[in-house]
This record gives sequence, structure tokens and C-alpha cells, in this order.
Amino acid sequence: MKRSLALLVILAVVACHRERRPLAPAAVDSQRPNPLRMGDLQPGPKQLAATGINNPYEGNAYAISEGQRLFAQYNCSGCHFHGGGGIGPPLMDAEWIYGSSPVNIFTTISEGRPNGMPSYGGHIPVYQIWQLTTYVRALGGFEPKGATSPRSEEMMAKRAEEPK
Amino acid sequence: MTELAVLPPDFAKEAAIMEKTWASKPGVIGWLSETGHKQIGLRYIVTAFLFFLAGGIEAALMRIQLLKPENHFLGPDAYNQIFTMHGSTMMFLFAVPIMEGFGVYLVPLMLGTHNVAFPKLNAFGYYIYLFGGLFLYTMFLLHAAPQAGWFSYVPLAGPQYSPGKGVDTWAQMITFTEVSGLVVAVELVVTTFKQRCPGMSLNRIPLFVWSMIVVSFMIIFAMPAVMIASGYLSLDRLVGTHLYNRSEGGDPLLYQHMFWFFGHPEVYIIFIPGLGFVSSILTAFTGRKIYGYTAMVSTLVVTAFLGFSVWVHHMFATGLPQLGESFFTAASLMIVLPTGVQIFCWIATIWSGRFRIATPVMYVIGFFLVFIVGGLTGVMLASIPIDWQVHDTYFVVAHFHYVLIGGALFPLFGAFHFWFPKWTGRMYSEVMGQISFWLLLIGFNVTFFPMHVLGLYGMPRRVYTYQPGMRWGNLNVLASAGAVFMALSVLTMIINFLVSRRAGRVAGANPWNADTLEWSLPSPPPVYNYLHVPTVSGLNAVWDAAPDQPYVTGMRFDRREILITRVLDAEPDHTEQLPGHSPWPFVLSCTMCIGLWGAIFFAWWFTIGAVLSGIALIGWFWPSDRELEDHILREKGELGGLELGMPEPVREEMP
Amino acid sequence: MTASTLAPIQSALHSAGPQAASIEHLWWVFFWICVVVYVITIAFFFIAAIRGRRRAEAVDNPAHDRRLGIFVSTCAAVTIATLFGLLFSSVATGNAIGTFGKNKPGQIEIEVTGHQWWWEVKYPDALAPANQITDANEIHIPIHTPVLLRLDTRDVIHSLWIPNLHGKRDLIPGRVNKFWIQADRPGVYRGQCAEFCGYQHAHMALTVVAESSADFLKWKSHMGEGAPTPMTPAQLRGQQVFLSAPCAKCHNILGLDAYGTLGPDLTHFRSRPTLAAGQLLNTRGNLAGWIMNAPAIKPGTTMPPNQLSGQEMSDLLAYLETLR
Repeated sequence: MKRSLALLVILAVVACHRERRPLAPAAVDSQRPNPLRMGDLQPGPKQLAATGINNPYEGNAYAISEGQRLFAQYNCSGCHFHGGGGIGPPLMDAEWIYGSSPVNIFTTISEGRPNGMPSYGGHIPVYQIWQLTTYVRALGGFEPKGATSPRSEEMMAKRAEEPK
Repeated sequence: MTELAVLPPDFAKEAAIMEKTWASKPGVIGWLSETGHKQIGLRYIVTAFLFFLAGGIEAALMRIQLLKPENHFLGPDAYNQIFTMHGSTMMFLFAVPIMEGFGVYLVPLMLGTHNVAFPKLNAFGYYIYLFGGLFLYTMFLLHAAPQAGWFSYVPLAGPQYSPGKGVDTWAQMITFTEVSGLVVAVELVVTTFKQRCPGMSLNRIPLFVWSMIVVSFMIIFAMPAVMIASGYLSLDRLVGTHLYNRSEGGDPLLYQHMFWFFGHPEVYIIFIPGLGFVSSILTAFTGRKIYGYTAMVSTLVVTAFLGFSVWVHHMFATGLPQLGESFFTAASLMIVLPTGVQIFCWIATIWSGRFRIATPVMYVIGFFLVFIVGGLTGVMLASIPIDWQVHDTYFVVAHFHYVLIGGALFPLFGAFHFWFPKWTGRMYSEVMGQISFWLLLIGFNVTFFPMHVLGLYGMPRRVYTYQPGMRWGNLNVLASAGAVFMALSVLTMIINFLVSRRAGRVAGANPWNADTLEWSLPSPPPVYNYLHVPTVSGLNAVWDAAPDQPYVTGMRFDRREILITRVLDAEPDHTEQLPGHSPWPFVLSCTMCIGLWGAIFFAWWFTIGAVLSGIALIGWFWPSDRELEDHILREKGELGGLELGMPEPVREEMP
Repeated sequence: MTASTLAPIQSALHSAGPQAASIEHLWWVFFWICVVVYVITIAFFFIAAIRGRRRAEAVDNPAHDRRLGIFVSTCAAVTIATLFGLLFSSVATGNAIGTFGKNKPGQIEIEVTGHQWWWEVKYPDALAPANQITDANEIHIPIHTPVLLRLDTRDVIHSLWIPNLHGKRDLIPGRVNKFWIQADRPGVYRGQCAEFCGYQHAHMALTVVAESSADFLKWKSHMGEGAPTPMTPAQLRGQQVFLSAPCAKCHNILGLDAYGTLGPDLTHFRSRPTLAAGQLLNTRGNLAGWIMNAPAIKPGTTMPPNQLSGQEMSDLLAYLETLR
């Protein structure tokens, strides 16, 4: 009896990261990641690569759902359509020009990329960039299936062809 | 050869053999292998009551949050989970299962048989219900509770607007509880039509049993609708179908139609057994049969039919064509009539009976006072223009609590007190019973009556808070205060029962001088119910019994044998043997639980669960050694018992 | 901080228009009939109970049962008659309301689109579509004029309910529900969303201002004007803050290079009585708090918090002040 009670308490405390719903984003969600270093030279002692936040919303269903909303509202679908690509590259295939890790995608959205990807940093809050990052990763299949919704309430675009 | 004969009263040896045949097995495995209907029925009742307490705590949390405007006790996320859990718990995990539990416990006793028709299925129904409730509450503890309300409208409950596994949990919980409901419905129908004791023709079936038959048929027709509604919702959320996605040709209103086609009969499924309780209690406490038996039975049947024709009254504000909606106004008004006739028949019975007062009857009086208010506000809601104003407001909350608490809970608490002596062999404390009744009556009205006014004054439902200056504050404080009385009432009742179980006055077989067959048994009844299958000579089995009322002999005591009778007039037909203990119902529930729970995360769990369930079913149907032996003996003609054919029931004297 | 002093009596029993008045009338008819039925039924019950208490022996014979039968049949017949009466009165009222605005000249049409958790309001102009007026969380209507509301939603099911004027109608994706309202008394009426729509369903209110035709036309023409040009340096700086900060991504201001359609139109928003769909009074302090951290006030809202320095905020507020 006592053991099951302890288990219940632990379960309740740990809860479930997927089911966290931060309706008012916490400070930790607004931290920018450490820069993705493109070379070896640093002015001063080398900073550890692993510091800085990775993705506070990894595996979080609410963030993916918000990211889906923002993807449409900020007109990412204008170039990337619903993940299938068009003017911009597809987000559902296996090819990630600038990398598929959360920090890579965050940087892509925040700083922009050559050939047409605008830089959203400073225009939208950092936590929203994290939500978009998580949604884009979900489009690419990197997020747990349990946290990702299989469809939206809108007209569906066809999925991109599977890579060979 | 069956003989109906007057026999000397001492059957100690036979009783000992019967005890052994029907005995429960000890230990955990024994508990999990139990197939006796009284044990399973009591488990349903106790489990459902625990869920009732959980739902009550959720309600208390809601009332604390609504005490003052812009309160910060619960945020919107928590509040939305809690009101969804409150509704889902009360509707799916308390109200229907507790009525099923009473049916499972009482119906075989009232019919004069030893067990329900399918004992292993009965046990399975309980376990699958238990697992469904545990599933929902475990997900609640993991912060993955559903948040879209107990009826979970799309598109809010759809894949885009309800992220996470909450709504999937809700939809799957429905699967667990609807399977449980269907199981009980099917077995009660078969038990009632095929296992009545000789003499209990259709027009002598007790009114409570009629209410359970009617409810069972309603379950059989209504549950598939919610199965489809929630199944489609699961498909949309997990598989990516577009059944409710308007942009791709689906329709959110489809969900509402399918859900309410189930949802409205659901509330009648909850409240019709309450009507059965009222008939049972009033028969005992007026000392005469309920006036108008034919009318009482036909109104139950008519209510059941009409209950399927009113569902659009939940959708009057959706903009459906008004002419079509008006038909549902007519049907929703018409459904008042059969229940009204029941009420008039009860009044007639009370008028002409010798009316005694005790706690069960006080609760029945509470039923009249409270339910009729709810019925009348239902008449108001049936009118489309009025509904347009009060739909989705606290007026509706008041209405359905008046009909559900008045129509189901008050009779249920009356039934608890009424059958308590039969279950435990002891009387509860009458003083505490009265206290718990008055606390409930006062507390309920203080809580819910102001909600009528709140609704008319503009307060919508499902709001986690409200603005100051809306003139809703004082009425909300009143409503929250009444909840305290209701909690005290339930607490008093629980203490009453826990203490009286050990320390109450010994009750004897029939402390109320009631009329149905279970009151002819000692309290608590033997594990086998009746040593010999009884017969009845009239509608009121105990009152109409002759001093030398015949009973059936010639059945075996060393087998779980039941008597199967004919549907119309309950003439004896043949005997059948029921299975004994079996762990397979529990095992099947586990495998199904694995399949259903896992399926909301990963589809292959469904297949794994199905394969495991197939194995469990093989185990379930594998004949035991005794069954094999008996089969061989029967083939050889050496088994004994009733012959097939029509033995003449022989009576010594006609009353 | 809240809309307390503003809220009028949002009540179905304080009708200010013909539909609400018919419903209120029907309600009282039903109410009194139900009260009478209840009193009579409970009286019968208690009379029966008292009679039953006085009996020494239960009576159960066919002769007595025949008298009981007359009682039950009479009650049933009276019930049927009453139900029919209620049915006819309900259907008649429903028909009158349902066909209220048909073929009435001089109607106003308003499109209301539900969002999580605010109301988008448009006054379409059939003759000159470019003159459509976009507003949020408030409706102005002239008194004594039928107003056709077309209801649509951008996301989930909502329900528009202005109890002083009419019953509610759901906003369902993929359907355009239409119904007429009319106010016969000038005043400010409050409406609220009445279908559970998510986290902030409780804070999705709407203000209806019913005024004379002259006032209404004045308001409408003012709404058609763009935002005034900023005059003071603070206002100019504030306009720049608006354009460069996230504001312009979501909000529209007529006359400015800001075409956001995701959030409420802000062209004249300082003239509205409330902010955040009825949750806050429209004061400078509340506005500042809302801009700084909307999710802290209305958890779940799609308006994000904004990190603005003190100077930026005061400039922005100065600019927003002009949007009346």
C-alpha cells in the first residue's frame, strides 16, 4: 500500500513532459542557445559546447500544437507550404541543409539563411521560435509520435514523396 | 423428475453441499476468480462509490475556485481538467456502473435464481470497468487528463486544439466503460428472460427488474453510438482521418449528433433504475403493490423509446433548421408524460397504502421534491426559444443536477439504506440516516437552486472564473456553501454504514416486510441464494406466497445448476450448469487493457492486445475437468437432473 | 484592473429588444405554469402521504383501484393538455423570432468571427467592399433596426450570446449561422461566449452598444477613417516601436503599413470600453500591463509578452493613445 502511494506521488511529481502546458511561458523558455560555432577559434578560453539551453520544448505536445498555429500565422507555409516545400525547401524530407538539431533549426529561424529565409530573431519572442523549432522537427519526424498531432483542422496538402 | 412438493424444512446436509459448490475461493487468486453475482455486484457498487467520492472532490475544488470572482485557486488548465474529470467520472464511472451493480446484485435474487446467465462475462465486465477508471485516473495524475468537457466537442477536442493524450484517454475510457455496460446489459436481459423461477410470468416481474430490462435494451442501442463517436474522434486524433474536419468534407456536427444520440439515452439509463428503486421502496413502505402495474411497465418502455427521439434538444443553438428542431421540442415535451404517469401511480399507491416512514422513504420523498423540479426545468429547456437563452448556462447545470441527483442519487441512497439490512444482516442507525437525508436535501437545494438564477442572469457554463460586478458573486458563494452540507451528508452516511455493519441491530430476513423474493432469504443471503428454486403465485412474491408455497426439487446441489424457464410464463424448461471460478475474465481484462491503453500511444499495441486477448479467450472457453466429466456422463445418460420435456408442475392446494 | 464598473446586467430577464422580450414573456408563461404544476403535484403527494399515514391497513381492491384509475387518467389528461399548450406557445414564439428580420428593409449586416479568445467584427459594405469596417470585441447597432449577424469561426466552436437582446447561436466551423437581433432601448449590453472553447472561454466577452441612428452613423463613419498621423515626437517614436516590434505582425491599423490579421484590429481600439475581450477596462495602465505580459493576465492567450524598455513603452503608449 505504502509503495503504491509512493509511486503515485512520484508519478504526480514527474508528471509527463509531453503533457506540460506552459500557458504563460517561463523564463527558461526564453533563453537563447549558445551560438553554434562554425570554427575552432574563440577569443579566450574555449567555452564548453554543451552549455546553453537545448530545446526546452522537446517532446512537448502543447509546444508542437502552438508551433503548428504559428507556422500558419507567421506564413511559414507561404514558402514551405505545409511541410512539402515549394519556394522554400521541404521540411518533411530527410535533407536538412543547415542541420536538423534543435539548435540548428532555432538558428535558421532566428538568424535567417541565405537564399530567402528571413531572420525572425527580435521580431517574434524567443519562446515562439522554440515552439516553431519543435514543430518543424515534428514535421521532420524527430519528435515522439505521441506528442505530434497527425493532422490539422485545415485543408491538407499532400505529403512529400518519401526519399529513396 | 421434477416434483413441486411440500417437504420438511431441514436441509442442513443439502445446504452444506450447496455452500461448498458455490463457495468463494480464498486468497488473491480466489478473489480474482470470483464469479458470484453478489460479490461482483458489490464490487461494482463499492468501486462506483469510490469514484463518486473522487467526483465529489473534483466538484468541491470547482466550487472553491468559483467562490469569488477572478479567484486564483485553480488556473484555467487545472480547472478545465477538473470539470472534465468531474463530468466523466460521475457519468461514466459512477452513475451507470452503480446502477449496473445493483442490477447484477438484485436481479438474480429477485428472479429466484442462483447467478446471472454468464458469470464469467459478469466478472469480466467488472474488471474492464475498473481498469477503465484506473486508466483515466492514472492519466489524470500524469497531467494528461482530458480537458474538453465530458462530452468533448470537436474541433476543440480534435488533434489541433487539444494537444497531448488527454482526449485520447477520454475516448479510450469510453471504450472500457461501454464494453462493461454492454456486458451487464446482455447478461441481465438473458437472465431476466430465461432464468425466472416458475410462476413468475412476465406480468409478475418486479418493477425494479423491469427497469433493469428497459435500461439494458437502452444500453444495447445507445452504446454503439458513443462507440462510433469516440472511435471516430480517436481516428481523427491518432490516425489522421478527417471525419470531423470541415475543410476536408467532415463535419463537427456529426460528432454532436452521434454523441447525443447516445448521450440522451445515457441519462435515462442512469435515472430509470432510480424509478425501479422508488417502486421497490414504496411497495414495502405502503404495504401494497404499486398501483397500475401495466401502466408502470409500459411507461418505462415508452420512456426508453422516446429517450432515443429527443437528442437534438442538446443542439438547439447550433443553427439547425427550426422546423426540424421543433419536432424535438414535441418529443422532449412528450417524454414528460410517461414519467408523469409513473408519479401519479405512485401517489395513488401512497394514498391507498399504509404509509410508513423510515430513511429509505425519506429519500423517496426527496426524489419527488427534487426530481420534479428538474423535470419541469426540462420542460422549459424543451422550448427552443427558452433554450436559446439558457443553453450552456448554469440553468442547464441546475437542471441536470436536479434530474440526476433527484432522479437517480436520492433513490440510490434510499436503496442503500433499504437493502443495507439484506447485505449485511444488520440495521443502519435510523437517526444518522435521517440526518444524512436532511443534510443532502438542504445542501443540494442550497447548492443548485441558485444556479437557475445564475443561468438566467447570464453566467455561462464551464467558466473557470467570472468578472466582479456581474452580480454572480453572492449566488456562487451560496452554491459553494451548500456543497459543504452535501459533503457532510455523504460523510454521515458512510460513517453510518461502516459502524452499523458491525454494531447495528440484527435485521433478520425481512425487516421492512417487503415483497420481493430476496426478502424471503436470510440476511445476508447464502452464497447460493436459494437452496431450492422458489415459485411465485402473484406479483408480490413474498406476500402472495402460500404457507406451503411449492419449490423446485430434483436439481443437483453438487453442481452450479440453474433452472431455465420459458420466456412468457416461466414454465420450467431444462437445467443448465454455470461455470465456477475462473481467473480468465481478469486475464482478459488485463490483455484488453494493455491493448486499449497502449493503442493511444502506438497502434501496434492494439494488435498485441488482440493477440493476447485471443489467448485469454482460449483459456476462458477451455472446458474444465469437471465440465468434461459431466459432458461424458451426460452423453452416457448418467448425469441425472431434469429430463428434457415438460414436467407438470404439481400443486398440493390452490390458494 | 477588471471590467467591474462597466458590466451592465447581462441577463435574460432584462430584455432590451423584441426577441429577448418574446423569450422573456414565454419564459414567464412556462415558469408560472410549471410552478402551478409543481405545487399541485407536491400537494397531491403530501395529501396522499398524510392519508397513507392515517390508514391502519393498506387498501388494495378492484373497486378502489378504479377510483385511483380515474385520478391517474385525469392527471395524465391534464398533463397532455398542458404539454400541448406549452408546445404551441413555444413553437409560435420560435416562429416569430425565427422569421423576425425577413424582408424587413433597412437592415444592418454584421459578420462576427470567433477566435480563441476574442471576437472579430466586420461591417461589410456590399456596395463598396473596400469600405468594410473591421472591429473587435464590440458591436454598435442603431436602435429599432433589425441587425443580421452572420457567424463564423476561425478555430473551434464558440457561441455568441447577448442575453439582453436574444438567445445564443453557435459559431461552428464550416457553417455560417445567421440570426437577427434588435435593440429597442439605447444602452451598453454585454455578451459572452457560451460554448466551451478552451483555456480562456471565461474571458471572451463582447460589448454591444445600442444607440440612436444618428450616433450610429457618426460612429460608423469615424470607424471608416484611418488612424490619425502622429503629431508629437513621442507618438512618432511610438509608431516606430509599433512597426518594428512584434505588434505589426499580428495587428492591423488602417492607414499604416501594418496589415496583421491575426489579432484584433487596433485602428480605433482606445475608444472601446474594454481590452482583452472584456477582461480589462481600457485604461493606460491596463494596456501597459497587457502589452508587457499578456499571458500572465490571460494564460493561454496568443498575444505574447513583449520586452520593451521603459522609454519604448511610454512612446508606444503615447502613440496608441491616438487610436481612438
